[in-house]
Amino acid sequence: MQLPHCVGEMRDAASTITTEGAAAAADGGSPVVALERLSRHFGERTVLRGITLELRAGQTLAVLGRNGAGKSTLLRILATLLRPHAGSVKLFGEPLPRQAWAVRGRIGLLGHEPLLYRDLSGRENLTYHARLYRVPTARVEEVLAAVGMRQRGDDPVRSLSRGMVQRLTVARAVLHSPELLLLDEPRSNLDPAAGDLVEPLIGRSAGITRVLTSHDPQAALAEADLVLALAGGRAAYLGPPDGLAPEKLRSLYA
Amino acid sequence: MRTAAAILRKDLLLELRTLETLPSMALLSISTFVIFHFGLNQDSLSGQLAAGVFTVTLLFAAMLAINRLFVAEREQGGFDAFLLAPVDRTAMFVAKAAALFIFMVALELVAVPAFALLLAPPRLGHSLAGFVLLLVLADGAFAVIGTFVSALAVHTRARDLIGPIIGLPLMLPALIATARGIGPLLRANSSGSPQLKWLLVLALYDLFNALLAVGLFDYLIEE
Amino acid sequence: MSTHVRHLRGLTVVTALMITAGLALTFFYAPLDAEQGFVQKIFYIHVPLAIVSLVGFCLGGVYGIGYLRTGKRVWDMRSYCAIHMSLIFSVAGLLAGSIWAKASWGHWWVWSDPTLVSYLIVILLYCTYQPMRFSIEDPERQARYAAVFSIVAGAFVPINFIIVNLSSEYLHPRVLNLEGGAMPGSMKLAFYTSLIAVALLFATLMKYEMAAKELRIETRRLRRRLLGDDAGPLGRTASPS
Repeated sequence: MQLPHCVGEMRDAASTITTEGAAAAADGGSPVVALERLSRHFGERTVLRGITLELRAGQTLAVLGRNGAGKSTLLRILATLLRPHAGSVKLFGEPLPRQAWAVRGRIGLLGHEPLLYRDLSGRENLTYHARLYRVPTARVEEVLAAVGMRQRGDDPVRSLSRGMVQRLTVARAVLHSPELLLLDEPRSNLDPAAGDLVEPLIGRSAGITRVLTSHDPQAALAEADLVLALAGGRAAYLGPPDGLAPEKLRSLYA
Repeated sequence: MRTAAAILRKDLLLELRTLETLPSMALLSISTFVIFHFGLNQDSLSGQLAAGVFTVTLLFAAMLAINRLFVAEREQGGFDAFLLAPVDRTAMFVAKAAALFIFMVALELVAVPAFALLLAPPRLGHSLAGFVLLLVLADGAFAVIGTFVSALAVHTRARDLIGPIIGLPLMLPALIATARGIGPLLRANSSGSPQLKWLLVLALYDLFNALLAVGLFDYLIEE
Repeated sequence: MSTHVRHLRGLTVVTALMITAGLALTFFYAPLDAEQGFVQKIFYIHVPLAIVSLVGFCLGGVYGIGYLRTGKRVWDMRSYCAIHMSLIFSVAGLLAGSIWAKASWGHWWVWSDPTLVSYLIVILLYCTYQPMRFSIEDPERQARYAAVFSIVAGAFVPINFIIVNLSSEYLHPRVLNLEGGAMPGSMKLAFYTSLIAVALLFATLMKYEMAAKELRIETRRLRRRLLGDDAGPLGRTASPS
């Protein structure tokens, strides 16, 4: 790994990103995410039912629950990729799905799939995304540096290790300086050093409003202002992280 | 338009890196000519027969490209990435149709000389301008209908089957017009200029399908 | 009874009456063809079948537009049933038409008749409707894609007829007018009665199919309510569910 000699450039990049995030947090007031009795089903199976919550600017929502509880579905709805079937979803005050176009550029999604073309290099992939988001291409170098991938930026994605792909994915998700980050197990495949590397971009210190899921509930709780625990598509718990009793947490994953 | 250009650039770059589609299309077309040579037991073809053989060969090659057109988007998250971006959905259709059109033109740069060489149709050189004009319009039909069908098929489980079975009937009118337009050009007594009727039919069919596909494409890529 | 299907009984009775009338007129009133004899009577069946099925295909497209505009499942169901029924009618029409072609032209199949050829192409296209639906698992996407297909295919029906007509006009001038513009009055009466009878039959069968589907959905909904969410997985299906 080529960490040591790119630490300088990555600090610079990280600091600019942090200020942007803080600016976004400052204009808060109205909630960034507002769900009211949100439901979504797949065929006749209900994946989410009656989820109501509000998330204010700069806050972090941790979504907990075992596999199939509806975490990823919730994130995909917030990313405007899935339509809600009942209830209302408002992002930045704009109702979905009607005003989805108005919020798309303000959201960054870091999901299970890297959303990168395997046969293109990281740099080419990010350049493509920069064009989609109308972001100056200079920004590509900035985020590549921030995740420490400038050196390997010209290697095709298929030749990179999982951790490196995940770092590129982080770079992709923050490329357009989103005001809302949707993070689905963002630290999977990242070693601790790489985790520290992406912290200023997607971590709590970035100051960006975040919705995150994690396979490590303790770590997620430590980062969260608000916790939503899902069981069978319903909200089993909604509230501050310290209100969630340990036995309740255990039962979620049992 | 800028978005469409970005997607097209990315697609051409991907093809350049992987060389998955174009070489296969070219090889398939040459193999098809060889098969027709043996199947028909003819060293040279002329008139409507030559036109039919050439049109069918183009169709086979186009089918390969059409089947692959959206596979990278589907398998590597290209659709999600595109849907997340604040851009017009139609850009994807425009870019993919343009990519398919470019693939078809590139294929024809190989297939037309190979056709002339292997099956020696008469008067091809003489009526080349009309021939090319018909091909360009036919490529338009392949591009528009192919992109639509490919987008429809890519989310189905049996996409390799669904694409061709829906695509063939939809392309039939364009194939009829292409074959009937090319036929007289390859006769020994060809005048060298194609019938206006077929050029018009092809152009109108292209336009009609383009409008329809642009209007409906959004529904195909939404989740 | 289901919410979207009404007047089923009345419609059924009227349809039965019209079919009886159509058949009676065809066999006892319409003149016997001087050259083709009795076999020619199939004309009163296959042409209405063909016309109704083509209109049904286009209707499926109109319902498809309804689905895309409203997102309501009943439009998808209408579109599905219209296309499904049209496919059955069109295959029957093709077979009957083939018998008629054998009687009047001496061949089971003739390429020189553009109506027949373009009809075959349309059937080939609609034969892919069910496989396409079956191959999409998400019911919402299935309905959406089916609607898009139905609109494109519905628009394809007339365009295809025009282009195939153009292609054969050029080589073989048409001698026969299938629509029978120059029918004598007695033929006309029998023909139009049959046409209305077949159209009513189409409407009735389509309504029955819709009623059956809605009933099945309702049954499953009740079963789920009774047994909870684990009432067994939904089998994969090509029809709206």
